[in-house]
Formats: sequence, structure tokens, C-alpha cells
Amino acid sequence: MADQRLIVVGGGLAGLMATIRIAEMGVPVDLFSVVPVKRSHSVCAQGGINAAVNWKGEGDTPWEHFDDSIYGGDFLANQPPVKAMCEAAPGIIFLLDRMGVTFNRTREGLLDFRRFGGTKHHRTAFAGATTGQQLLYALDEQVRRYEAADLVQKYEGWEFLSLILDETGRCRGLTALNQRTMQVHPFLGGAVMLATGGPGIIFGKSTNSQVNTGTAAGAAYQQGVCYANGEFIQVHPTAIPGEDKLRLISESVRGEGGRVWTYRDGKPWYFLEEWYPAYGNLVPRDIATRAIFKVVFELALGVNGEPMVYLDVTHIDKATLDRKLGGVLEIYEKFMGDDPRKIPMKIFPGMHYSMGGLWVDFDHMTNVPGLFAAGEVDYQYHGANRLGANSLLSCIYSGQIAGPTMVRFAHAQSANGHAQAAAEQETKRQEELFARLRKLDGPENVYVLAKELGEWMTANVTVIRDNQKLRETDNKILELMERWRSLGLHDQAGWANQELSFVRQLWNMLELARVITLGALRRDESRGAHYKPAFPDRDDVRFLKTTKARWTSDGPAFSYEDVDTSLITPRPRKYDTEKTAA
Amino acid sequence: METRQIRFRVKRQNNADSAPYWEEFEIPYKPQHNVISLLMEVRRNPVTRDGRATTPVVWEASCLEEVCGACTMVVNGHVRQACTALVDKLEQPITLEPMTKFPVVRDLMVDRSKMFEALKKARTWIPIDGTYDLGPGPRISPETQEFAYALSRCMTCGCCLEVCPQYNERSSFMGAATMAQVVLFNLHPTGLMNKHERLDVMMGEGGIADCGNAQNCVEVCPKEIPLTTAIAELGRQTTIKAFKDLLWR
Repeated sequence: MADQRLIVVGGGLAGLMATIRIAEMGVPVDLFSVVPVKRSHSVCAQGGINAAVNWKGEGDTPWEHFDDSIYGGDFLANQPPVKAMCEAAPGIIFLLDRMGVTFNRTREGLLDFRRFGGTKHHRTAFAGATTGQQLLYALDEQVRRYEAADLVQKYEGWEFLSLILDETGRCRGLTALNQRTMQVHPFLGGAVMLATGGPGIIFGKSTNSQVNTGTAAGAAYQQGVCYANGEFIQVHPTAIPGEDKLRLISESVRGEGGRVWTYRDGKPWYFLEEWYPAYGNLVPRDIATRAIFKVVFELALGVNGEPMVYLDVTHIDKATLDRKLGGVLEIYEKFMGDDPRKIPMKIFPGMHYSMGGLWVDFDHMTNVPGLFAAGEVDYQYHGANRLGANSLLSCIYSGQIAGPTMVRFAHAQSANGHAQAAAEQETKRQEELFARLRKLDGPENVYVLAKELGEWMTANVTVIRDNQKLRETDNKILELMERWRSLGLHDQAGWANQELSFVRQLWNMLELARVITLGALRRDESRGAHYKPAFPDRDDVRFLKTTKARWTSDGPAFSYEDVDTSLITPRPRKYDTEKTAA
Repeated sequence: METRQIRFRVKRQNNADSAPYWEEFEIPYKPQHNVISLLMEVRRNPVTRDGRATTPVVWEASCLEEVCGACTMVVNGHVRQACTALVDKLEQPITLEPMTKFPVVRDLMVDRSKMFEALKKARTWIPIDGTYDLGPGPRISPETQEFAYALSRCMTCGCCLEVCPQYNERSSFMGAATMAQVVLFNLHPTGLMNKHERLDVMMGEGGIADCGNAQNCVEVCPKEIPLTTAIAELGRQTTIKAFKDLLWR
């Protein structure tokens, strides 16, 4: 099997890192992406990437990074892989540095590090305020190098449709849609990786890119891949609302000294600094988001009575702002018209990241043999809440370890099972599905249904969760699934038909929306980003467990798996006082 | 009272070979609209201004924060990203057209794969030994980093090629974006080691000799990349190399 190609779906940081590692071992890769890989969602990450190198002499260690991550994630993450990631982090930064990432520098020419939320250390390496973009470009360039050496074949503008599973249940490849010809094609490989990112578009407007529909994960889930911790959705405290999306204002703004406030009795009130003196504006995202909700909705102290508070950098000198935060302030200026160097920014929380995702073992293989997952689409590293600047790290780390694991897996397999027959069968199934979709001529509009889904999910399955509303939301999703059957297709073209693609994607989004909503309904506690006022405390006895959802024709079937807490004993998570020692 | 409306016209085309046609749309005014959210409204109700049912407009978009380059198109005659094109700052009726220097796929979507091919040809990467832990990279001064970062923000969006008089669908000219990337990689202490490979490409077909110095590129670059500075630097590097090649032949 040594001559077999491997398949990677998704050209963000995780997919590209895996591709590089596989190609470096001399194994050819087919790389699929719905957009040219250089336009993947990783470009949106602004603030930086964590690694405890202790270059500011603060006594930082990988263990401290590990403890911050586990504590920040409210103890829901399996600990050994998180520890391994934090230990690998300095090496990853050095690798990126060698690849030519334009990290900010100190006077001595060394990498500079800034502070981020949920830690007391300067641990975050950064390239201006477009770190994700800079990292993605570095990996994109390395992949291009392997492309020039004929080890990587890119399929850009191809959409993942489904897994090809042989009669033994092993994943042998995938079917994909050519987004121009609208034809379905099968591709076989020794192993398949999904590195397809998060599901933000399920929430309608989020900080995610338009490509982050979650459709690939939703399709895999319907073919028997377990989805874990779906209910853990991170809402970023500082975004700017727009008609088309919510635009992120990076946590690095607070890392560089930005302060959050609103008016109370006619005077600025720095509520995060007052409520959380130990961490101030750099509390983790779930904490900051709930504080802003409290200020705006409970205390009715939003700016001008509207749902927004100030994020203020006007006290920081312009040169520092331009050097360290230029890219993010530029976004605010371009979209809002005000110069944040002079006028405090107006911000409000927005859906940002899914801690949950496809269940994987410590080697990043899903419960389906031969199918791997890495990056935001897996669930491994962030527990109940992700710390800022850990996502770029987990993407690269998971791609880095999953790539070689895939090679080893593919080499160890014998040629049992009939891949070719499975491929033909799966291609036929997908072609028949598209033939049915092309005949849709009902009254419903697919983009209207998606908007309704987004509004319901944002209102009821983000910051504050209530069991009655979660039940109503699931009923709404079922209603949307019913109405999906009465969709009408406006576009009958057999060329570059985005509407037809999206009809199929929306179904997968609806399936995942149920996993997220019902997972939240069943979890009667508050932990990290999952907050139920009716159950305000963390309940380790019942819920120190990974949620696992498996698709059935009657909706998701849930089971719960113990979390590996073998390294750090769970303790209460508080940010008003200093973190106690692990 | 008449409600305020937003009017816009879209140049549409079914595929690369078919004739383009215009459609006009009108939607109710909202203060925060950008070109993307206008097209999204049309998707939810694909009806033209004169009440005729049509198909949703096809366009490319991803990040909507002007860091991915996907949604580049010609808005009111100017090439730019549609996400930062705020309706309140645009004269109406707003016109949306696909970029003209790249083959149209459909409607506002074009095929810019030639730009990525140029990057491949120009070998714009650092040839690292491997992804293993080989220690930190070379030291770089903050000043060098600042210039490198400015060059490194290129999204391969194609605005610079759209306005370049030397570039069209049939030309082999690689254009400002690729030339700036060559300068970026020649600037890096490790990239410097195989500078000559990139310069050889830039001294060949489609390289720097095709630049007509019109300087339109730097005017339209959405990331304000110092493109003309980079091209001048590349000119200096290739001149020195040509001289050395002559001496050491």
C-alpha cells in the first residue's frame, strides 16, 4: 500500500500542515479545498499563537501553558494531548520562524511575545494583527513547494460530499463535487483527513468566513462519525456587528492594554477590571462575554442604551498601535468609519469558535478507521472554552501529528475490502441525490431558511441557555428540515451553481444544529462557554464527561465518555483571584 | 412617504463563452449595507428591479474582512474587495462587474489561478530542511520585519494586475504581486541563499522586463503594499545579477 496517495480535505492551517508532513515523508497528497487554499479561514485569526518560551523572564513553562489551557477549558479537555501540544509549542514557533513568518521582533532581533486572555504571561508570538494570515501564507508557500515537486495535487474549487466506506467500515476515500462542472467524482486514498474548520455559518452571522458551514463534518456525522462536545460554542466578547457578518476585534487589543468600559452615573466604568481584579480585561472569552451581557441586558448600561460597550485603546500611543495592532484597527476603521486611535471602539460579543467537533483519539483518528480529523473540526484541545491564541497552535499541532499517523496507518493496511465497488456505489448515491435536488420546485428559498436557522441558533444556543428555549429551537430545526423538502431551486444551471451546492450544505448544517442544541439541552450544568442560569454551577459528578453524538434516523443518540484528568486534578475555575497552583 | 432604496446593477455572464448582460436590483435602505450584504439580499429574493424572477448572483467570498482577497470585483468602475465597499460611501446606482483581466467563470466570479501559478514559477518560499525541531530561525531586525510584513500581506487578490497596462489574459507577465513576493523572500536571511533562482525567473519571460512602470498597481493595492518600492528593489537586484552573470560566464 506504500504507493497509495493520501487525501486531505481543507487548506487551512491544519490541512496544510498535515499535507507538508505527509509530502515530506515522500507520500503524495491530494488536497481538496472549496476556495484557493490561500483564502482559507485561518487568515482571519489576528492576535497570535501561544508558546511558553519564557523569553520575557516571567517563569513561564509549557506546564504553566498546559495548566492555563486546562483551567481555561474548565477541565473538559482530555489532558495528555493538551500537555503534548503545549510542550510542542515552542518548536512549532521556531519552525514557523524558519519558514519565514514575519513575526514581530524585539530590538535584539528575537521574536516578540504579547499577553493574551486567561494567562499572566507574555506567551503569544504575533505578526502584526494578522498572525493567522501570515502563518497560513507560510504553510501555503511550503505546500506550493511540494506542489512544484509533484508531491501535492491541489483540487481547489472542489467540495467534499461524502466518505467512501468499504464493507468493513473503513474509510477508503471520498466523493467530491467539482464546483464548476457540478459533477461528482470519487477519489480513493490510503487515509482521509477532514480539516474543514468550524460551523459558524450555522449561527448565520458570526466571525467565521462564508466557507465555514460545517457541511463536511455534518456529512461525515451522518455516515457514522461521532461528533463530540458540540454544545461548546465560543462567543467572542469583542466583535463589530455588520449586515453580512460579525467582524472580530482581536483579543490582542486587550493584550496590548485595551480597556473595556461603559458609562455608569455619567462616568466610565471599567467593569471587567472591577469584577476580576486578578486578570482585569484579560479574563477568558466566556467570562468577558457574560460580563458584557450582564452589563447590557441585566443592568441596562449598554452604550446609548444599545447592545454595545466600549473597547478603548485611545490611551496607547499611535506608533505602538500601528506596529502591533495596525491590521485590526484598520478593519474597525474601514467598516465603522471611526479612527479607534482617537475614538473608543463600540463592540458586542459574536459567535466565534466551536470547541466541539468530530471525535478523535489521541492520534487524531475518528471512530471510523482511516478517517482522521484535525483543526477546528476536531474536538480535542480546548475543553469547554478555548484560550485566545491556542487555536492557531492546535491547528498546526494537530496537523503535524495527524499527517505522519495517516502515513503509518495507510502503510499498515492490507488491501482487504472492495474500495472500487464502494466508490462506484457512493458516487451513484451522490449523483442520485443531486438529481433529486435539481427537481426541487417548492416555495421555500434556501438562503431564507439558513437565515432563520442562524437567528434561532444565535438567540438560544450561544451565551445564555434555557432548557425550554433549547427545546423550542430543536422544534424549529425540525420545522426547517421539513421546509427544506419544499425548497425551490431558482438556478437550474449545470455550471458553477452555488445555490444547488448550498441546498445540500444546509441539510448538513441542520443535522449539526440538532447535535449542538440537543447536546446543550442535555447538559444541565454550567461549564466554560456553556452557561445555564438554571444550573449555574459546574457539576463534575454528572458532567465531567465528553458528549458524543451519533447519527440515527431518529436524531442524534448521545453517550458520555470520561475525561482523562490524569495529570491535573479538577479545581474550581475563578478569575477574580489569582489562579491557585495545580 | 417614499422609503429609501438602494439601486445597483450587476454585469452577469453565464460562463466564459457567453455574452454578458446587465441586471438591475433594488432593495430597501439599511445603514450598514456593504456590497456583499446587497448580494445576500438578492439571494434571498432573486427578483430584478422590474419584478422579473432571476437566479442568485454568483460571486466569490470568504473572510469578508479584507484579508482573504476572494471577493475582489469592479465596484463603480474601481477594482477592490466587495466586503469593504460600504453602500453609504458609493454613488448609486452601484455597478458591480467582474475583473476584466481574468477569465470569467460565472457572473462576478473569475479564475485567478494564473497568479498562483506565477508564485510557483517564481519559487517564493523558504526551502527549509524539514519540519523537525531544528531550533529558532535567524535573527531579524524590527525594521526588516516591518518591511517584510508589509510585503507579506499580499492576498493574491489581483487588483494590481487588473489596473496594469502590461497585463492581460494572454500575457505571460507575472505582475507586481509576484515581483513583490520575490523581494520578500530575497530579504529573508535564509531565502537570500537561493536568491539567484528567483532572480533567474524574474529575468526570464514574464519577468521584470515586462513592467512598464505605469505605477497603477501601488495606487489600487488594498493592503497598501509598497509595490513600486519592491519593483525598484527587484530592478536593482536583477541588474546586479545580470552584471555578475556577464562577468562570471
